[in-house]
Amino acid sequence: MLEVQSISKTFHPGTLNEVRSLRGVNLHLAAGSWVIIIGTNGSGKSTFLNAVAGTFLVDQGTIRLAGRDVTRWPEHARASLIGRVFQNPFSGTSPSLTIQENLSLAARRGLGRGLGWGLKESLVARMRDEVRRLNMGLEDRLENAIGSLSGGQRQALTLLMATWLRPELLLLDEHTAALDPKSADLVIALTEQVVTRDKLTTLMVTHSMHQAASLGDRLIMMHRGQIIHDFQGAEKRRLRPDDLLARFEDVRRAEQLDESAAQMLAEQYV
Amino acid sequence: MNLLIGTFTIGFILSLLALGVFISFRIFAFPDITADGSITLGASVAATLMVHGTSPVLASLAGFGAGMIAGACTGTLYTRFKINPLLSGILVMTALYSINLHIMGKSNVPLLTVTTLATQSEHIGLKLMRRATTFGLLGWEVNVRDASVLVAVALVVALTGMLLYLFFRTDLGMAMRATGDNVQMIRALGVNDGNMIVFGVAISNGFVALSGALLAQYQGFADVGMGIGMVVWGLASVIIGEALVGTNSLGMTIVGAVMGSVLFRLLVAVALRWGLSPNDLKLITAVFVFCALIVPQFLRKKRLRSAHA
Repeated sequence: MLEVQSISKTFHPGTLNEVRSLRGVNLHLAAGSWVIIIGTNGSGKSTFLNAVAGTFLVDQGTIRLAGRDVTRWPEHARASLIGRVFQNPFSGTSPSLTIQENLSLAARRGLGRGLGWGLKESLVARMRDEVRRLNMGLEDRLENAIGSLSGGQRQALTLLMATWLRPELLLLDEHTAALDPKSADLVIALTEQVVTRDKLTTLMVTHSMHQAASLGDRLIMMHRGQIIHDFQGAEKRRLRPDDLLARFEDVRRAEQLDESAAQMLAEQYV
Repeated sequence: MNLLIGTFTIGFILSLLALGVFISFRIFAFPDITADGSITLGASVAATLMVHGTSPVLASLAGFGAGMIAGACTGTLYTRFKINPLLSGILVMTALYSINLHIMGKSNVPLLTVTTLATQSEHIGLKLMRRATTFGLLGWEVNVRDASVLVAVALVVALTGMLLYLFFRTDLGMAMRATGDNVQMIRALGVNDGNMIVFGVAISNGFVALSGALLAQYQGFADVGMGIGMVVWGLASVIIGEALVGTNSLGMTIVGAVMGSVLFRLLVAVALRWGLSPNDLKLITAVFVFCALIVPQFLRKKRLRSAHA
């Protein structure tokens, strides 16, 4: 489904701010698999998601999605294959448009947009059904501007929008990190519902070790722009939050070792 | 009374300018000052065509089209060549000055002997009133010619405003509104935001140019200098409209822009009547917009301060 072949990306090359965000990342995703991505800050997990989404073009490597080479496709073209939910609840919806207008935009993701009437009756009827299933009482407020909703409500709607047309790939970029715990649980429940119901191929970045351990069928851990662990099948199912924290501790210790070794070398030889 | 009718007529004509400015400044948050050039472009294209015998309707539509091309140029400078929006507008506006002179062949084209939308609507009005040249309205004597032009202009504005409203509720129109609202989201939904901006700025300048085409027909000439300061004028109208009706719904903001334009023109007429020198008009307009821009900030600060106290 998704084949990422040794992609690399360096931001601000040749300057003091040079950051090698992705360093030869490989990932092959089977159709219908749900992969959780964790990693330290600056490990490149969000950058990896953005590379797949086409927010920027990679320096090296190829990205194939649903049998097509999308490496050079611009972001809006890849959107025909990809549904996305962002970390910031404000990023996924258009605040001054109404709920139904936002949903109708999502109903034409990747399709042409002409002078067809945006809010056809059949579409609005389906919206009411789908929004009712969110259990947020929003089905009677379809004509309210999205800007008046809470972060949790907006994130639930963004998830609905991203999956309105079945995407080949669903990208969730820490989509509950900015929500209060109750809203986060609700959005996660909705996520599980839709991913399992539609058998969506999903890449999900999270900070929550609990989510990482309980969700998905595969887990990768990133560090310094590379994938350092890849747990699949039974190994993934056995993982507990504590195991993951222990892995992070290993990474941290290795890093400290690097630094203290460098310091020791510097003291002795420089 | 006839002065009032004239004021309303110009107010309605310039409300198309206000709608254009509303599209670029408010829908796209794109500070487009091409309008100063495209309003003259619309006037010069329409005037030159009419002098050469084209029908006024076709000539006005050609003005609209010319404005769209100018707007598309500005949008392309911004989206394809990554030039700052203000500078893109300045470049196209400056180029348009020469282009307008080329189109007209001189700095001023009189339309006094030509059939225009204004003379056509006067003609229809006179026919409907069975050749009477005045009629009574609330005790005033009203000139039929002036009244019929006002009615015609009001109809044109109502029609274009309605079309704009309907357009912004189509799939394409909603994608354009969302582009100005949240670029990240609209890209993630598969819309090429650059194309939306080019198209949006084109429509905006089409409206502005149509306003210029109608203005030239109403005042009886097109002049190369008629566009100076028009962006600020349109912005003032939009701001007044927002103060009148708020910014909650699309339909009301469109109505607001039209109302704002008429009201602003009325205020100007009153000020001129009270002895304001026409030379000071642009200065006053600029100061007005300046105040309208800073007063909300000032109020917010004050409210914050009183909240802390």
